[in-house]
Amino acid sequence: MTDTALSAMPAAVNVPAAPASTTSLTAKTRRRRALAYLQAAPMALVFAVFFLVPLLLTLIVSFWEYNEYEIIPSFTVQNYFDVFEGCFSPAEACTTVRTYVSTLKFCVLTWACTLVIGFTVAYFVAFHVRSRTMQMALFLVCTIPFWTSNVIRMISWIPLLGRNGLVNYTLMGLGLIKAPIEGLLYSDFSVVLAFVHLNTVFMIVPIFNSMARIDRSLIEAAYDAGATGWQTLWNVVVPLAKPGIAIGSIFVVTLVMGDFVTVGVMGGQQIASVGKVIQVQMSALQLPAAAANAVILLGAVMLMIVAMTRLIDLRKEL
Amino acid sequence: MDVELISLTKRYGNTVAVDGIDLKVRSGAYCCLLGPSGCGKTTTLRMIGGHETVSSGDVVIGPRAVGDATPAERGTAMMFQSYALFPHLNCRDNVAFSLRMRGVGKAERRAKALAMLDLVQMAHLAERLPAQLSGGQQQRVALARALVTGPKVLLLDEPLSALDPFLRVRMRTELKRIQAELGLTFIHVTHSQEEAMALSDLVVVMNGGRIEQAADPRTVFERPATAFVARFIGGHNVIRLPDSTEIAVRADRMRLGLQAGPEAVPARVVSVEYQGTSVHVGFEADGLGATALTAILDDAAYAGRPLALGETVPLGWDAAAAHRLSA
Repeated sequence: MTDTALSAMPAAVNVPAAPASTTSLTAKTRRRRALAYLQAAPMALVFAVFFLVPLLLTLIVSFWEYNEYEIIPSFTVQNYFDVFEGCFSPAEACTTVRTYVSTLKFCVLTWACTLVIGFTVAYFVAFHVRSRTMQMALFLVCTIPFWTSNVIRMISWIPLLGRNGLVNYTLMGLGLIKAPIEGLLYSDFSVVLAFVHLNTVFMIVPIFNSMARIDRSLIEAAYDAGATGWQTLWNVVVPLAKPGIAIGSIFVVTLVMGDFVTVGVMGGQQIASVGKVIQVQMSALQLPAAAANAVILLGAVMLMIVAMTRLIDLRKEL
Repeated sequence: MDVELISLTKRYGNTVAVDGIDLKVRSGAYCCLLGPSGCGKTTTLRMIGGHETVSSGDVVIGPRAVGDATPAERGTAMMFQSYALFPHLNCRDNVAFSLRMRGVGKAERRAKALAMLDLVQMAHLAERLPAQLSGGQQQRVALARALVTGPKVLLLDEPLSALDPFLRVRMRTELKRIQAELGLTFIHVTHSQEEAMALSDLVVVMNGGRIEQAADPRTVFERPATAFVARFIGGHNVIRLPDSTEIAVRADRMRLGLQAGPEAVPARVVSVEYQGTSVHVGFEADGLGATALTAILDDAAYAGRPLALGETVPLGWDAAAAHRLSA
């Protein structure tokens, strides 16, 4: 390691705490500061190229005009008006509102299911499995489904849930039903099922991480204080697992809000979602309209995350 | 309430952590379980508190054997080594926790919690979170939390080991004061003989899952039962006599030079430590077993006749101070 690298390391830590008076800076501290910025530069660059620039472009394009055969770089808010077309008449909910309601419904259902399953699995692995090795092994087992692609995992539900699929076949064979159940596939049920299947692991990982950091003596202290198992769960484990629950919830909510593949495949291309709307507009090359929709979706998701972080101060909890 | 252990045993697979111990602690006593790490003292404490299942034998608290009863049913409360305060609750809610679990109303449990915090002089910090408190303050809160339900027996698992020496002595006094004030039975696990001496009415010296000696501190110090107790309690020389019996002699009853008496043997000075009121001198002597010997000399006497390292002097002891050890 070179001398400069050594001297730069404390600088990275010290810079934020340094007083604002820059007048009395020596050449050495100035060089250290420059080095600290240099060290942060690669990440900043990646962030700018892959996040800030595309976002900015989307924002710009959302104000462009378009017609059947061309996109015109100009400034108009017509795209945003189009999104909310008919939304201000009290008679009937407009398409956008109905689409958002439908997407939000999936979001809430998926969030509730993944939270219950994720919390249970994480609790089991963190508190009921005694050996560290076994914990890690089970934890890895949870990630095995991720070795195949999302789409393949979705499609593999189809032979199971279809009208003549395994589930209907088995139930009829057992004599439990006379006619096949129609709503198993290409329905809200199959969409939520696939969402839960795909996203539960994003709940398990952060919640497990939070739970693994809970001091076991706290559980004993609760027992000593006369708490029952459920009381301990509700009064000690849940509050201390909150950061994990919040992070998992943010993952799941953002993934479901922006999804169009799962809704498409599992809904038989018949169910609307915000992501689906954007995708359809993109394939029709109505890029400005798609951009406007994307910006509104981004705003909506950010509002939801702000609401969640209001409930749990993540920075404090971490 | 009286606490009695009857051939209490704890096995983990093939290892025996606690090996059939019998002990009676009378109501209102301050009992210290003393021993090196791994001697089974914490396991014993946890079995009394219902945090560890009993392999065989019984724990009797008051009139009845407690079996598999929960800590609340036993009337015990535990103070944990790491305090185990709930990090998401402030001091008042930490103390009120067990009352809340029992369904005590908000106003009542808050009042009780504040009264308990007052007892440990922490009422002014009731709104603070544990992370905002010093180690000593956290300990006081943990003590208040353990006491709030009015347990009959308080179990303390190395409560002072995480504190700095100065605070340790202060908290020691505090513990003793609270114990006397409330008249509870305290069972306190420690590996510090100094702590055990200072606090307890009953010192239980443990080693290898067994009780070596259970007696009041003075008896343990004056008449240690075994060589292990004499060595662990400190301040003793364990000497093997020519007829291969072992005796313990208090280090401050060793005699040098002319006062050394008829049994004196030549001994070489290997260390001299000045301690203020006394001087600790380390000796090596061939005739008196393999172990190093210590003599604690009065500082004035030492100043009158200082010793140099390597010097050889006759070393003996008060015949009356020799205490015969059981094998």
